[in-house]
Amino acid sequence: MLNKILFIAVLIVSAFMMSNTVNASPVETFEFRDEVTKIRFQALSKELRCPKCQNQNLADSNSPIAADLRFELYDLLQQGKADSEIVNYMVARYGEFVLYRPRVSSLTYILWFGPALLILTGIIVVIIILRRKPAPKENLALNSQQQEKLQQLLEGNQVQSNQEQPSQNLNTDKKDKE
Amino acid sequence: MNKVIRFLPLILVIALGVVLYRGLSLNPQDMPSALVGKSMPDFSLVTLGDANKIVSKADLVGDIVLLNVWATWCPTCKYEHPYLLELANNPQLTPYVKLYGLNYKDERLAAQQWLTNYEDPYQFSIFDEQGTLGLDLGVFGAPETFVIDHHGIIRKRFAGAIDTRVWRKEFAPLIKQLISEKQQGK
Repeated sequence: MLNKILFIAVLIVSAFMMSNTVNASPVETFEFRDEVTKIRFQALSKELRCPKCQNQNLADSNSPIAADLRFELYDLLQQGKADSEIVNYMVARYGEFVLYRPRVSSLTYILWFGPALLILTGIIVVIIILRRKPAPKENLALNSQQQEKLQQLLEGNQVQSNQEQPSQNLNTDKKDKE
Repeated sequence: MNKVIRFLPLILVIALGVVLYRGLSLNPQDMPSALVGKSMPDFSLVTLGDANKIVSKADLVGDIVLLNVWATWCPTCKYEHPYLLELANNPQLTPYVKLYGLNYKDERLAAQQWLTNYEDPYQFSIFDEQGTLGLDLGVFGAPETFVIDHHGIIRKRFAGAIDTRVWRKEFAPLIKQLISEKQQGK
């Protein structure tokens, strides 16, 4: 029993130590020309995706390739390249994939406009359904013939005080309508 | 018509299931390279074997080229190595296809030692210590293999190890096509 507890304790401690080293966030110190370049660096490294670890951006990722790309990004910024030039540079090498916000092109139309299209279809369907409902209401109003019949039945009922008849008559009435 | 509408949700759910099920067997690492169809980028780097020998794009272009990105820090490269040797010694391929290495972000001595230990399948290896050519090629790991035609156009990029199955499926048809293109003088 004591052995088991010890074993579990060791497991927990070692897991904790491992996760500590794994979680160490990327530490590099960059010296920027000015505050604007620094902000642009931060923005771009959040916009660009790490090609290796696909669910992380360059700022988040520890992988060597992400570190390389951060240095490259820094270099390009220091050279005075515009944001769009830098993005084009990355896309030319790693493809549209590196962009977390893919550009609008024939390939990404469905991505950009799909959700709007779905909402639109949803709205249209709802409108159609809502419009359809009132239609049967008009038929509910009795026309003069039915009105007369109803009157007769009510009067007949009062005289004969027959309980069964109304429901039967109502049934036949329904059938008439159909 | 009403009957069709009644089954519409079921049909939609089945369609969604099929799409998602297919997604399970897709490899997210399998990305089309941005460089396929483009010219091999220019470079000027030394070889792994000789730190004074500078090689450039001109040294590659002319044959059908397999450019294999490798490094000693990459365990999958070791797995792939015997098959690369097999390719380099395949008498059906050697007259047409040349295998070059791109030693990517590695240490020179360790890499040289690797080639002496396991035999060298490459015509020569480009020594890309900083990963500059790797960056221009959009390399993000090793092993990766590029197929470059005799005009210097990149025709394929494959990320991962090559073995018999991968070769048959991914490379053999393209290589066959490139050989016939070259023979027709295209």
